[in-house]
Amino acid sequence: MIRLTDVVKEYPNGTHALNGLSLEIQDGEFVFLVGPSGSGKSTVIKLLIGEVEPTEGRVMVNGFSLRNIQEWQIPYMRRTVGVIFQDFRLIEHKTVYDNMVFAMRAVGAGPREIKKRVPYCLNLVGLEDKSRQLPSELSGGEQQRVAIARALLNNPSTIIADEPTGNLDPARSLEIMRLLERINALGTTVLVVTHEKDLVNRFDKRVVKLNQGKVVADGKGYSGRKAQ
Amino acid sequence: MRGRNLFYFAREGAYNMFSHGFMSFAAVGITVACLLIMGTFTMVAININAMMEDLENQNQMLAFVEMGMSEEEARGLESQLLQVPNVSGVTFISNAQAAEEFRDRYENEELYTGIPDSNYRHRYAINLKDIGRIAETKAALDAIPGIEDVRAAEAEAQGFITIRNVAGVVCVVLIAVLFVVSIFIIANTIKLTTFDRRDEIAIMKMVGATNGFIRWPFVFEGLLLGLFSAVIGFFLQWGLYEAIARSVATNDTINFISVVPFAGLWHYVAGIFAAAGMVIGVGGSLSAIRRFLQV
Repeated sequence: MIRLTDVVKEYPNGTHALNGLSLEIQDGEFVFLVGPSGSGKSTVIKLLIGEVEPTEGRVMVNGFSLRNIQEWQIPYMRRTVGVIFQDFRLIEHKTVYDNMVFAMRAVGAGPREIKKRVPYCLNLVGLEDKSRQLPSELSGGEQQRVAIARALLNNPSTIIADEPTGNLDPARSLEIMRLLERINALGTTVLVVTHEKDLVNRFDKRVVKLNQGKVVADGKGYSGRKAQ
Repeated sequence: MRGRNLFYFAREGAYNMFSHGFMSFAAVGITVACLLIMGTFTMVAININAMMEDLENQNQMLAFVEMGMSEEEARGLESQLLQVPNVSGVTFISNAQAAEEFRDRYENEELYTGIPDSNYRHRYAINLKDIGRIAETKAALDAIPGIEDVRAAEAEAQGFITIRNVAGVVCVVLIAVLFVVSIFIIANTIKLTTFDRRDEIAIMKMVGATNGFIRWPFVFEGLLLGLFSAVIGFFLQWGLYEAIARSVATNDTINFISVVPFAGLWHYVAGIFAAAGMVIGVGGSLSAIRRFLQV
């Protein structure tokens, strides 16, 4: 479960990114986080993956309190969260399979576990036949599916996707969203940060709208229900 | 650390090293140069020390027995002389032996011939353990009843001590400076590697790799660079030392210098080079990746 309570985030340069934001996402939910540039979406993601600390308020992610988390605990918290970025962040000189192995080795997984888990995740995103190809030999949509497969490797309870369709055409974007919806149906909490209104409206999911570091609407559809 | 992780770290460290061949070559080259300079100065210091020990052994004091004392009485002082702290050995020289030596030295000079043996005093040649304590030893010998006069080359002894101290300080300073330079060079090489792999490091952090797991391949890279440098440095040092030793032995002007054989030093050189290489490599890599591991 993700819970942000009265979170304030002020950066050292004086920017107020979040101004008393409160948000709760239950296990197994699918949530879109939308809002204009500078509304605080990226800061929310940075907070959720332990990249920055809140100035005030509390942030809980899958049982870890990020307000007073010890530095050594951060990697273990991150293993409960799979992150997907707009720019895919794949290692260009490694094949799809080796990209997967790299991510699993990084958390100390053994060869037997890797041999079992990597084909399973590639199969889940429909890329089992592309495992020997380099990322540059794949389309944008396929690269994002590799990134999703990688995010699933450590069996996280939450997937956070930051503008996952930002570099894709509408057909591929829909494909990626359907894939995330399928992953959500398997029980994984999914939080998608996006500004693509049409795409969001094609799904009957909870939409949280941010503006000036606060939740301004929370409900179904892009317009959403106004926050209380 | 698990065995499979150790293998992984070593493999990744070697991969890092070879994937930045030129920088690794430069780092190894400069570290070898630093090790060679450090090694050469250390060897010079060892040889100076050995020469100083020889000179110390040769640097004898003379304790003259009172005039008129019989040879038997003079010999009786030996046990008292040996009890003086810092005295490592004594050799009795009778007045007849002293006269003989004197005549041999000045055999062609009429002025010194014909002096009767009784004009010479019995004496002891005294060897010291530490020439740094020459003054206090001289005073202790002077205080022994029956000893009339003690002569010591205090100025020469002080000269030896000064040479040794200066050589020691120069060596320590040079070694320290070169050590820091080597660490700096290795750190820069590793920094380049970490910069080149910053995307991979970011991915590792994103998926939940611990700092230790991220750090180890770079530590291994530094370790390998340091050890490579140590091995190359050792063989070059060996060759250089043997060449210098041969030149000294065959040069008519300086062949009085006895060079300590490398056979008696190689294990020290190997150990010091390996330790210095490892410390330089690991120290350099740790200082380089610290910045990248901050969340």
